[in-house]
This record gives sequence, C-alpha cells and structure tokens, in this order.
Amino acid sequence: MSSSKAYEAGVKEYRDKYWTPDYVPLDTDLLACFKVTGQPGVPREEVAAAVAAESSTGTWSTVWSELLTDLEFYKGRAYRIEDVPGDSESFYTFIAYPIDLFEEGSVVNVLTSLVGNVFGFKALKHLRLEDIRFPIAYIKTCGGPPAGIQVERDRLNKYGRPMLGATIKPKLGLSAKNYGRAVYECLRGGLDLTKDDENVNSQPFMRWRDRFEFVAEAIDKAERETGERKGHYLNVTASTPEEMYKRAEFAKEVGCPIIMHDFLTGGFTANTGLANWCRDNGMLLHIHRAMHAVIDRHPKHGIHFRVLAKCLRLSGGDHLHTGTVVGKLEGDRNSTLGFVDQLRESFVPEDRSRGVFFDQDWGSLPGVFAVASGGIHVWHMPALVTIFGDDSVLQFGGGTQGHPWGNAAGAAANRVALEACVKARNEGRNLEAESNDIMTQAAKSSPELAIAMETWKEIKFEFETVDKLDVA
Amino acid sequence: MNSGTVGDYQTKATLETFGFLPKLTAEEVQKQVAFIIANGWSPAIEHEHPSNSMDHYWTMWKLPFFGETNMGNVLAELEACRRSYPDHHIRLIGYDAYTQTQGSCFVVYEG
Repeated sequence: MSSSKAYEAGVKEYRDKYWTPDYVPLDTDLLACFKVTGQPGVPREEVAAAVAAESSTGTWSTVWSELLTDLEFYKGRAYRIEDVPGDSESFYTFIAYPIDLFEEGSVVNVLTSLVGNVFGFKALKHLRLEDIRFPIAYIKTCGGPPAGIQVERDRLNKYGRPMLGATIKPKLGLSAKNYGRAVYECLRGGLDLTKDDENVNSQPFMRWRDRFEFVAEAIDKAERETGERKGHYLNVTASTPEEMYKRAEFAKEVGCPIIMHDFLTGGFTANTGLANWCRDNGMLLHIHRAMHAVIDRHPKHGIHFRVLAKCLRLSGGDHLHTGTVVGKLEGDRNSTLGFVDQLRESFVPEDRSRGVFFDQDWGSLPGVFAVASGGIHVWHMPALVTIFGDDSVLQFGGGTQGHPWGNAAGAAANRVALEACVKARNEGRNLEAESNDIMTQAAKSSPELAIAMETWKEIKFEFETVDKLDVA
Repeated sequence: MNSGTVGDYQTKATLETFGFLPKLTAEEVQKQVAFIIANGWSPAIEHEHPSNSMDHYWTMWKLPFFGETNMGNVLAELEACRRSYPDHHIRLIGYDAYTQTQGSCFVVYEG
C-alpha cells in the first residue's frame, strides 16, 4: 500500500500542502488573485497557503476523513506571490482552484468558497479579492445576460450611439400618477429610457402595481408621439422571490420592455433566477449595484468591483452600473475601463495598467451595457462619450429633471449634446480637447441645450479617488 | 417663477440617431460615410413610407454595398434612392459583420 498515507492527527503548516510555486495552472482551473495583508511576523508563503486552504479544501486541523478522498485533486493551490507596487505591507497571491470544486452555473457557489470564511481568518489583517479568471469551461455553464447588447439594440432600434436615460426624481415620495408624468416628460423630450430609483420598490406612497400601469401609459404615449422606441426600468426587486416574479410578470403584461433588479442587496440567487425568467420571457434586465461600495471601496479589504462585474455577467443582466469617472461617485478612469471591458468584450487580455490580472475569455456570452449614472450633466457629455463609447447608457437624473424648463427640455438638451458628440467623434474630432467648441456649436440650434449649459457650467465633482490602482 | 422665462417644449417626431440635430449637410453626410467605410462596415441604404417608420424592417435599396470603399458611389446611391422614392424616409446604415449590429444608422432624407 505504498500510495496510501498514514493518518497523523494534529495541526500542520498550511504551506506544506497548499503552497506550490512549481504548479502550472490548467486551462480549466479557476484562478484568483488576492491582495493579502498578513498579521506581522507570519511568512508570506504561509499566509498565501492559508488563504488557498481556507477557500478550498482545508481546515485548521488534519482530519481522518481527508484520507478517504484524493485531496491532491481537489485542493486549491497558492502558486505565485507578487509585491504590491508602492506597498510594503501587502502582497498579491495567486491561487488556482480545480473546476470540480464548483457547482456548474453558480456564481453563488464560487463566491461562497472564495470570499467565505477565509475573510474572517485571524492570521489576516486584510484580504481583498482583486480578480478571478473564470475558465471558459465554467463560463459555458452560465446563462449570462438575458438578451445582451446586440439583441437589445435590435429590439429598441438604437444604433451607433450610447443610449440616454435618467433616474426619475425625487427618488421617493411621488404618487404613481405624478411619477408617470415625470417619466412621460423625460421620454417625450428625447430620452430612450428612464429608471426607477433603486429605493423605489412598493412603498405606501406608491404601490408597485399602480406605478407599473401609469409608467406603461407614459411609455406608450411617448412612443406614439415621438416615433421612437422607449422604455422604463421597472424595479422588481422585492422582499421575496415570489413577489419579484409576480411583479416581473405584470411588467411584461403591461408591455414594458425592461425590468430592473438590485443584484447585491437582492442576492445572486435571486438575480440568476430573474435573468433566466427574462430570457424565457423576452424581457431586458437592468442591474443596479446598491451595496457595492461597502464591498469594493476599501483598497485592502473586500472584493474589487471588477470581480462583482464579472460575476454579474455570468449571473445575468443586460445593463450594469459602472460609475461615471467624472460625476459625483467614486471611480478611477483606468480601473473603470478595465471592468467595462469585462462587461462588453468577448476576450479581455491581462493589463495591469487597468487592474486586470488575468486573460479572460468570455466565449459567446452576450455583452452587458455599461451604465454611467450619478451627478453627470451636459458638460460631461464629451468625456462620457469618449470614456464609455457607444455600448453604454448615459443617465442624467438631476441633469435632465433639473433643467429650468423641466424634464422634456432637459431630455432634449442631453439628446442634442449626445448626438453632437457622436457626430463629431465620427468626423474624427477629439471630443475632450474640443468639447467647448462642439457643445457651443450644438447649442446654437437648441435653446434647451444653451440653457442647460448655463445652468450647470460651474458644477464639478473633484475629489481624490479612495480606491486607486496599485502603482509604485 | 416668472412664467415668461420658461419655454414650452414641444414634442418632436424624430427618427432615432441624429434626429435631434439640424439636417446634415451633404458634406456632413459624406463624413459619416467615410466613418462607416473606415470602420470596415458595409454601407447600406433603406427606405420606407413615413407611415411605417416604426417597423423594424424598412425596404432595402438594392443590396448592402459589400466591400465598397468609394464614398462617392454611396452618396450617388443615396441620391438615386431619393429620386425613386421622394416621399420616403431614407436611412444610411453601416453593417458591422463582426458584432452583427449596425455600427451606424441614421436618416439622411425625410419623406
């Protein structure tokens, strides 16, 4: 019995089993990069091995039942350690997990392993999941976006430009009929899409069913009058899956083309189920990301948003909020471009300058529109079109409804600015360098835009980014 | 609020991309054709009676001009389509075969 091992009770050093610097990862392995900050005095290899063990097969003590299986086949392996540029306290560790550790089609299962108990491990001061390389074999088990960028463009007849949206304000307190009025005004003025605020579910001042009916009428009237296709993200995020599906069914019944879900507060199980329902029912799915900053903003602890974005693409959604880079919410430009690629491209190469730690092959999984929303106005348009390109939804909430003439004029101002920027870009002009000229020229034929430019000319949000990419 | 300072925004019937800009001049249309060709997309022309403008499918003017790299030919086809269907909307499309979408699509002439 030379192949079997004897059982020795006790505590072993993790690195004996889980630190394997000679390991060459398989194409089918799921790879993860963690930024690790150990307690003082613990060797890097031991900390890295502990992370690999605690996020895969290991526990703190040897147990006899390990010998009933081939743990060499199932264990996670820490295979590389790297310095974090400009940071002597932390380091990166790369861990390879065999694909059989994870249930097919379940980002829930992947996250439960990778960001489970290990994050509370005492030997660690901080731990951050920076990136995951999902093997194509695993991606093929996931449903992904219900429609994807290409199908959504065809359904909504929007080509050659970003789509334009707005979150209806005030975010809480309007009655259903007044809320539908605000939707109608935005859509008749030239927006493609409007959005329920994430806080809007079914409160006493506006129950969901009433909202859905009035909004459906607003969409229908705006489509008839403008000759363009319109939509409104009806938020079906609810307290239970049963209630969520009930609302989704009614949104379909009233003819709305798109619904909305908050994937982190609602949870990945609810999100994946809803994405499957949308695929079966021909509905588009907009994804909001409330709670993300709790998880992703600390540079040394938690989960980077690029991981959450990848998980969402696998779980399913046709739009995902990504920040704006230029607006009121946190977002480093290169880092944002890094995860925007993960949403939209079929292959994303490793690029440390964008915080991308692995090549990622998405195969034939449909792409997700990047949504830029939060504190943006017409003056940001040239930068937004440059940063986000056509496969995006640019959402101006206050920047539409705060227009002195009201929502419709605000919508028209944004639409004129957007189209002027797209036209100029197509002509080969540099939008960011020539933004003043392009906008001023466009305003000559649009009094609505001229007023919007005057209203918001002084508003900027210039604060240092908290979560920066690691550079020396 | 002084009611005199608030404008009455009137809903416009528009035809999607570039519908909110002043009508493009011949020179401006030419630049968009150049953009389509530079991207390696196939230029195509479609036309439809305004009463059917919400339909997904408009009638094709001939086949898409696969492999066309001469802007002048595309502009001449736009003119020929307009002469044949003066009361139709006419749109110019850039078919992107890689993403299977339309990288560009806008109405050049309104019927």
